[in-house]
Amino acid sequence: MTRAKTTLPEILSALFPDGHSAVVEDGLVGGEGPFRGGRLAVIGIDGDTALGVDGACRLAGHVLDVVRRGGGTPILVAIDSDSQRMSRRDELLGLNEYLAHLAKSLLLADAQGHPTVGLIYGHSAAGAFIATALATRVLVGLPGANPSVMDLPSVARVTKLPLDRLEAMAKDTPVFAPGLDNMVRTGAVQAVLDPDQPLADQIAAVIDAMPNEDSRDRLGRERGGRPVAEEIAAQVVRDAAFG
Amino acid sequence: MEKLSFRHATSRALPGAKPQAITGVVASGNLEVLLERTLAPTECTVEIETPIRGYGEVWAAVVADFVARSQPGGLRITINDGGARPDTVSLRLLQGARLMEV
Amino acid sequence: MGERIIDPAAKGWAISWYEASARARLDGLLDAGSFREVVGPEERRMSPHLPLFDLPRAFDDGMIVGSGRLDGQAVLVAAQEGRFMGGAFGEVHGAKLVGLLRAALALKPAAVLILFDTGGVRLQEANAGETAIAEVMRAITDLRAAGVPVIGLIGGRAGAYGGGGLIAGTCSRLAVSEGGRISVSGPEVIETNKGAEEFDSRDRALVWRTMGGKHRRLIGGADAYADDSVAAFRQVALDLIGRAPAFDLATLEAEQARLEERLTRFGDCRDATEIWARLGVNDPEAVPALATADFDALLANLRETTHDAR
Repeated sequence: MTRAKTTLPEILSALFPDGHSAVVEDGLVGGEGPFRGGRLAVIGIDGDTALGVDGACRLAGHVLDVVRRGGGTPILVAIDSDSQRMSRRDELLGLNEYLAHLAKSLLLADAQGHPTVGLIYGHSAAGAFIATALATRVLVGLPGANPSVMDLPSVARVTKLPLDRLEAMAKDTPVFAPGLDNMVRTGAVQAVLDPDQPLADQIAAVIDAMPNEDSRDRLGRERGGRPVAEEIAAQVVRDAAFG
Repeated sequence: MEKLSFRHATSRALPGAKPQAITGVVASGNLEVLLERTLAPTECTVEIETPIRGYGEVWAAVVADFVARSQPGGLRITINDGGARPDTVSLRLLQGARLMEV
Repeated sequence: MGERIIDPAAKGWAISWYEASARARLDGLLDAGSFREVVGPEERRMSPHLPLFDLPRAFDDGMIVGSGRLDGQAVLVAAQEGRFMGGAFGEVHGAKLVGLLRAALALKPAAVLILFDTGGVRLQEANAGETAIAEVMRAITDLRAAGVPVIGLIGGRAGAYGGGGLIAGTCSRLAVSEGGRISVSGPEVIETNKGAEEFDSRDRALVWRTMGGKHRRLIGGADAYADDSVAAFRQVALDLIGRAPAFDLATLEAEQARLEERLTRFGDCRDATEIWARLGVNDPEAVPALATADFDALLANLRETTHDAR
């Protein structure tokens, strides 16, 4: 069953029934609103927008503003994006630095006591996904979301495998197939929220139950999407030593 | 993938005491060879995984030639093949044996 | 047990970093005989997914991790083999790097060195690779916040593309050689998606001056420029360990200012040579052919190139 995706206005009005300051400009989201007696900051990408150097810089600026003000304000990263913007200009200017800077800003916020929650409600892919939703401490999704690294026709081109065979493999091989369910099984997405329950309560519950450690590889093992990653990483931790 | 496995008796153990070596990289037209000194001194096994099917006889000949030349007694040899030509395979096997003789 | 595993290419003569295997790079980078590999090839922890695609596997999944000494200092190291699946991040490949970074949190080495050589995510294991990259970036910032420098060395044939470029941008310091390219979208990917008018991937000179080591060093995307030799990378790694920036608000605010200024000053440039001219390079057309000593002399006169805003 495919469910229609939730829109950003629906998300914002569900989170902030008393109003908010979040605006969308060039597909970039920034602002905040009252939340549980404090504030909740929101940044994000809307409308399947590709993330380039300018956008990444602006979003990182929003995040650093929140960190500078302190107070442990949680940050919601709402995502319906394309992949990274693919252009000569973006690469010329050093897109890798801009995307990494955005991710680092979110990771710094987290380290300085601002709970970071990713919310994928539409598409996202590749570098844009890594720099935003995947740089939060917990990523959750809404039904209808469609994260991917690469769509299957492109995978078919690169791997030179027939599309129908890839589609058949995708059914029982979560490790490479696009889609929200597969990212859940990999452990990247912690949970899929219930669109029929109040969103603010569900986000609050996520913030209240933040894991202390990066538990994505454990989830990936438990859910069968990444069978060996946790065990390999643990073995390296166990065996690494100075001679 | 096709899996091949060969077992040979040798007249002697490969000289040297090195327990393990690896040479080569799995890439198009290349292969990696892992050598481990884990068998009885006059035994040698070669296990191969290759994406190119149907060349079992060529592999058998290359391996037999290598065993005859190097007498790699004691070695368990494992190969991940990326589609290497027989001369490349021979070269890598000899390289690997030399690394073990140190 | 590194001393058991030696590539014959690493026997003495000046080795090209670009041409060397990942194992040969490690062998020449670290103090002789000091490398101790963990989860080595003899454990055969190969990809559980590649057989499904009828693709050959590598014993180390293209990622070699362990510990060693650099001029006596204890370091942890990770090296990608760019010739195996383009050095791409699969499940095992990524998990080994994640584990190494987590191990460093307890072991507190003088540095973690990452020898990049990657096209990004391995498509056959895309979700695992992408998630591992996110885990790596989180682990790097944890480590930097704990005061352990993470140094990236980029000069392999696959460069640092895709998620590899993002990981590179998360490191404390980066060293790059002429052949080391750093980008997110590769030339072929841009051309496939946007057409040859946007990016002609067959124009190799365009590729090098847009994504190559000299351009990245000139705009401050890398902190040191190295000759294409294992010995040169060893020297720059040693130089960089001692001057790693902190991971804190001040550093990221400085990076924000640095990246905003780059957009303001160079945002309308179409070609790298225009950027170099605005940086104050007298003869931008001559940059690609400059030898390392001349290039270093040029860098010494440019203010943007050397900074702690990373």
